[in-house]
Amino acid sequence: MHKTDENLVVNMQNVNKWFGEFHALKDIDLSIYEGERIVVCGPSGSGKSTLIRCLNGLEKHQDGTIKVHGTVLNDNTESVKKIRKNVGMVFQQFNLFPHLTVMENCILAPMENLHLSEVEASKLAMSFLERVQIPDQANKLPGQLSGGQQQRVAIARALCMQPRLMLFDEPTSSLDPEMIKEVLDTMVALANDGMSMICVTHELNFARRVAHRVIFMDEGKIVEDQSPKDFFENPQTDRARLFLSQILDH
Amino acid sequence: MSELLIDIFGKPHGIIIFQLVAATRFTIYLSLVAFGGGGVVAAMITFLTISPQPGLGKIAQTYIWFFQSIPLLMLLFLTGLGVPRLIGVDVNPWTAATISLVLFTSAYLAEVWRGAIAAVLPGQWEAGFALNISFVSTLKKVILPQAIRYGLAPTVGFMVQIIKGTSLAYIIGFSDLMLTGKRWANAPVSGSEPFIIFPIMAVIYFCICYPLAVVARKLEAEDLAKS
Repeated sequence: MHKTDENLVVNMQNVNKWFGEFHALKDIDLSIYEGERIVVCGPSGSGKSTLIRCLNGLEKHQDGTIKVHGTVLNDNTESVKKIRKNVGMVFQQFNLFPHLTVMENCILAPMENLHLSEVEASKLAMSFLERVQIPDQANKLPGQLSGGQQQRVAIARALCMQPRLMLFDEPTSSLDPEMIKEVLDTMVALANDGMSMICVTHELNFARRVAHRVIFMDEGKIVEDQSPKDFFENPQTDRARLFLSQILDH
Repeated sequence: MSELLIDIFGKPHGIIIFQLVAATRFTIYLSLVAFGGGGVVAAMITFLTISPQPGLGKIAQTYIWFFQSIPLLMLLFLTGLGVPRLIGVDVNPWTAATISLVLFTSAYLAEVWRGAIAAVLPGQWEAGFALNISFVSTLKKVILPQAIRYGLAPTVGFMVQIIKGTSLAYIIGFSDLMLTGKRWANAPVSGSEPFIIFPIMAVIYFCICYPLAVVARKLEAEDLAKS
């Protein structure tokens, strides 16, 4: 993989973010390249979710520069829309639209953004529902599905926009243990297709299997940025060592 | 109709009941106008409260607070008696009652609807935005269909308050069930004493309001069953 400016997916320079008095992100510098798969981990409140939510403008940063696919993210609606068009996001709570069927959930965005007809959008959506292996649930409401199925629908829904980068915000944290695997398998399959991904997760096996880089955050800062092998076997900071020992020893 | 009532109830009760029922239609008209006009204004105010422009939200919130803090009776006095005297024009009771009730209704409905929209989980907005769906489309296709579920029962319930609220308009000379009844109660006619007239009026108000209250309760129960 060549790391050149042309295939820079995310470029954050000196980014700072506050929630009132709380300094949520501190001087974040981060570059992510096409095809890279990043796992972001760290204790709760360390700024992991805030970091990826800043990338598609769900949270506003107050200081520094964020570029996604070469577009500078600022208050301008056009810049935000241009970035969101190419960035898909999957949430911890799925956030499916409960009053719409699985299919309707999936076609809403492509119909509005890609100006597809309902038939074209449905065809597209069906191909992604097949990819996450739930085409037979297309006409059900989200509430009729299991948590794992709902999260796979959420992944399919995001893929329908044909994004170049996928953000995952703790996608398995609100799932029952026996459903985590089906969602992780879906994400691994996506990774194997070469999708650029940034994934906030505590699933360290997933990180070992698919990540190119593990980013460890603490108190709003990026403390480590390493290959999974180096991070797990040879963490550089005490904070990361402590975190790993707590997460692995239970 | 009037003869039929006289046949059944005799005089003067047949005549009284006929006049009260006839006057009730103005109560209903005023309620409908208040609900329709108030609903339209409330929709605009609600939209302002959720608008991404913070300034507009403040204006809308101020409107809601202001008209929720003034008694309806005060609004009626102001629009029906105060302002006409100030500018030296006659304002007919219909106009004054309509304006007062629209202001009153819009403030309450806007608050109910704002609350219903706020009850939709923030993750729904975020999912819409993350999918690059515009603010207006997210509102229309994602948020409102869910908010209506939360807002429907209290809205129907509030219609009962409007209907009862219209009874205050008699004070500025609006000729409805209340004014007609009060005239009869004051009339020196045997058989139209207050203890006869007021219960009849109460029954009429009850007949209009009770079905709405039942509908509101049913909607609420359905909503609970769904969630």
